Amino acid sequence: MPTHELIVYIAVMAGVTYLIRMLPMALLRKKIHSRFVKSFLFYVPYAVLAAMTVPAIFESTGSFFSALAGFAVAAVLAWCGGNLLAVALAACAAVYAVEWLQGLWR
Amino acid sequence: MEHTKSFQNSFAAGLRDGVPIGLGYFSVSMTFGILCVLDGLPVWAAVAISMTNLTSAGQFAGLSLICAHSSLFEMALTQLVINLRYALMSLSLSQKLPRTVRLPGRLGISYFITDEIFAVAASQPGEVGGRYFSGLAIMPYLGWTLGTLCGAVASGLLPDSVRSAFGVALYGMFLAIVIPVARKSRAVLGVVCLAVALSCAMRFVPLLNSISSGFAIILCTVIAAGLGAVLAPVPDREEEEDHADA
Repeated sequence: MPTHELIVYIAVMAGVTYLIRMLPMALLRKKIHSRFVKSFLFYVPYAVLAAMTVPAIFESTGSFFSALAGFAVAAVLAWCGGNLLAVALAACAAVYAVEWLQGLWR
Repeated sequence: MEHTKSFQNSFAAGLRDGVPIGLGYFSVSMTFGILCVLDGLPVWAAVAISMTNLTSAGQFAGLSLICAHSSLFEMALTQLVINLRYALMSLSLSQKLPRTVRLPGRLGISYFITDEIFAVAASQPGEVGGRYFSGLAIMPYLGWTLGTLCGAVASGLLPDSVRSAFGVALYGMFLAIVIPVARKSRAVLGVVCLAVALSCAMRFVPLLNSISSGFAIILCTVIAAGLGAVLAPVPDREEEEDHADA
């Protein structure tokens, strides 16, 4: 990708993200009272992350089965309350192990 | 609360409170740096994105849009939806700043609002001053930037098998954020299941799968979070507590 194109992408990302953070603090002094808006904003991060994860996770590695193993390990550890880094690394280890086994089998 | 005289404005205390956030950010942003380089971005671009965005979900989504050569409009809209929660945090923090913090200070402070920095600042009793906030922002910003740099540089040194395994790291982290909350709250669980169902539909169902990935995520989010807000509005106090320990 040409450098100038990349810079435009980065500038749009940074600009939009900054405006979201800056405008309320700079302009508004009143509190949000709408329960709907507050609830919507509360649910947004979980909805975004869930939609970004499934089904994309199953196409994120060398094979469907290694991704499935990574997903299963991450889901179980997360359920048990593992921290971010531990869950992520365990998922990577599971993917690595399954792909290693598949390599032996071939 | 109106009468409280409590006022946290120590730079050193902020710096200290930011250390654990910075360490956590270092490891997460290493993943971002690695993924950027695996996806073909130069090291400087990975570091530039981290230094100018300072947000995990938004950056990872932005990276996938860059790789898909999406339109700039799609990029802007995706960032808007994914990062909309910062508007609420910014609003909430604006109530904790004393009036003496003028516009230039607010323009600076707001640049560094993240889930974790917000959580720590919001958990201080009473008002929070500009000096405390500046101290608080330093370690997370350094951790985020240096982690990205280290990840980007190191990814070239990793063998292919390890690089393939790292493709799942980001999603593992997302699961680690979502699942514990979904386990505790049936409403969040419902929103998450709906978002996943919609996301799968927009990937696999004919016609629906012609929606580009960026818009698909926006649609899934707005529909799932919107339905959640209609069917299970969050009680005021609980909502604040959830944000405080997010």
